[in-house]
Amino acid sequence: MLGSYRAEMLKLRKRSAVWVLFGAGLVLSLIFGYLLPYLAYTTGDDSPSTEGVPRAEVLRGMLPERVIDNTIGGYPIFAGALALVLGAIVIGGEYTWGTLKTVLTQRPRRGTILGAQFLALGTVIAFWVLGIFVACALCSVGIAAAESGSMTWPSIGALLQGLAGGWLVLMTWCLAGAVLAVAFRNVALPIGLGVVWILGIETLLAGVVSSLLPGLKWLTNTLPGTNAGSLVFSVTTMTPSDAPPGVRDAVGGPRALLTLFAYCALFTALSLWTTRNRDIT
Amino acid sequence: MDALVEVSGLTKRYGDTLAVDGVDLTVLPGEVYGFLGPNGAGKTTTLRILTGLIAPTSGDVRVLGGKPGQAEVLGRTGSMIESPAFYPYLSGLDNLRLLAEYAGVARRRIDEVLELVDLADRAKDRFSTYSLGMKQRLGVAAALLKDPELVILDEPTNGLDPAGMRDMRRLIRELGTGGRTVLLSSHLLGEVQQICDRVGIINSGRMVAEHNVNELRGEQELVVRADPKDQAQAILSRFGTVHQYDDTLRVAVDSSRAAEVNSVLVGAGIAVSELHMTERALEDIFFELTTEEKADVG
Ligand SMILES: Nc1ncnc2c1ncn2[C@@H]1O[C@H](COP(=O)(O)OP(=O)(O)OP(=O)(O)O)[C@@H](O)[C@H]1O
Ligand SMILES: [Mg+2]
Repeated sequence: MLGSYRAEMLKLRKRSAVWVLFGAGLVLSLIFGYLLPYLAYTTGDDSPSTEGVPRAEVLRGMLPERVIDNTIGGYPIFAGALALVLGAIVIGGEYTWGTLKTVLTQRPRRGTILGAQFLALGTVIAFWVLGIFVACALCSVGIAAAESGSMTWPSIGALLQGLAGGWLVLMTWCLAGAVLAVAFRNVALPIGLGVVWILGIETLLAGVVSSLLPGLKWLTNTLPGTNAGSLVFSVTTMTPSDAPPGVRDAVGGPRALLTLFAYCALFTALSLWTTRNRDIT
Repeated sequence: MDALVEVSGLTKRYGDTLAVDGVDLTVLPGEVYGFLGPNGAGKTTTLRILTGLIAPTSGDVRVLGGKPGQAEVLGRTGSMIESPAFYPYLSGLDNLRLLAEYAGVARRRIDEVLELVDLADRAKDRFSTYSLGMKQRLGVAAALLKDPELVILDEPTNGLDPAGMRDMRRLIRELGTGGRTVLLSSHLLGEVQQICDRVGIINSGRMVAEHNVNELRGEQELVVRADPKDQAQAILSRFGTVHQYDDTLRVAVDSSRAAEVNSVLVGAGIAVSELHMTERALEDIFFELTTEEKADVG
């Protein structure tokens, strides 16, 4: 298992697409979390760019106290889509390159190899979360220093809870990409379907259900995106009015946590079962 | 000696296609076994089953005393199935490194196999920049990485130039003499004749013949070029079955009767312009067997 894990890490570390996805997630977080708010803060007195939000509020949103909000606020949708792409390219690539047969004829059992792949993906996502957190923390410290804002940090517990929640959200989407890649033995189709689901369908469904079919709310409340958004909402200090797209309090934190765990387990089990029982041609 | 590969009644069905149809196959320790057949015969399908990549529809398969695909069996088998498949963004060296991690092979073995297939000086280049022949050689290097008892190679000389083919055949021959067992597939008859000890011929999913290559070499044929050909053929058929190849006739008789054949032909007023003995090529046997088979089916 250790050897397989090291092999998977070597593959991920040397793959430029993995770095590109990470870079995209990082840049997006910084732009939406700090750059745009900071521009709004410095340029606007009471200009329309702040849309009525008091400047003091805008500044507070960028200080260390809110670092977790900015780190994981974009995870349910934007970073989630990137994580899904990661899962799809890593697992789907094995099929499109035909390398799965090379790997599966080495020695380890199929389940061991897929397990090592998922473990390696989990590791990479942990680094993503930490990397984005560190960058956000540096920005918030910089802004706090420049604008003489407060340097209070969230408690260690709140930090850990936020980072772990963020990791789980990304991992769910990553495994969703992986299971789709196993199902279609491909890269492009899972990415297409997955991204359309995350960015479009789920939001659309939630909207339609809440306005036209409130009786079906229980159904949308079981969907992965809804639960990802709810988990992020419950581990941050956001309010429904200042939450970014996708983050909302549809279900409670513990329930969202359990649902995401269930999705991860389901995606893993489906991938494992299929990989172990299917002909590799 | 126990067979390293024992296959009996192996069948693989894909929908309506019977890719492999009741194949029996035995590979003994230390031999180079050639699995010969035309395109679509079922060679790759059989080798995929032996490496545990696909499950047979029915039949018994034992590899190295175990079931194909078991960790313990895979660890003693090196294989290249269909075409060499590696990570295009990694160098040849890194590709082998990660395979060594999976298989639990020591790093220094990587340099040895790279040297063996003559790829050491390009090992640091990305796999995607390799030529077809280099990819093929990396595939063989990967198959040898585990220092395996059993080496399974699917058309190992595919895409190699003549010099590359010669080197590859020599390498495979050496594997055989070095005590390793090799099972290779090919549609090149001369190749199998050059490097294999035994050959199994497969067509439309069925084993149509299994031969010892040395025995095959022993069979001799008399090649006759004569005019008029029809009359010559009629006379030659008294000596044995006559086959026509291009504009020569071939009859399976012993060399001791060549003079007799000549005098009978000349006595009948037939002009004989060529008469010599030749080894019966595997190619002849191959076409004989595979076309007969087709005639049966059609
Ligand atoms: N995954 C598959 N699905 C359906 N049919 C298949 C599949 N794989 C192989 N076949 C069919 O099985 C038959 C045998 O194919 P196989 O690849 O084993 O031939 P081969 O002897 O290796 O041929 P070649 O010399 O061209 O490599 C062919 O008719 C092929 O179309
Ligand atoms: Mg083939």
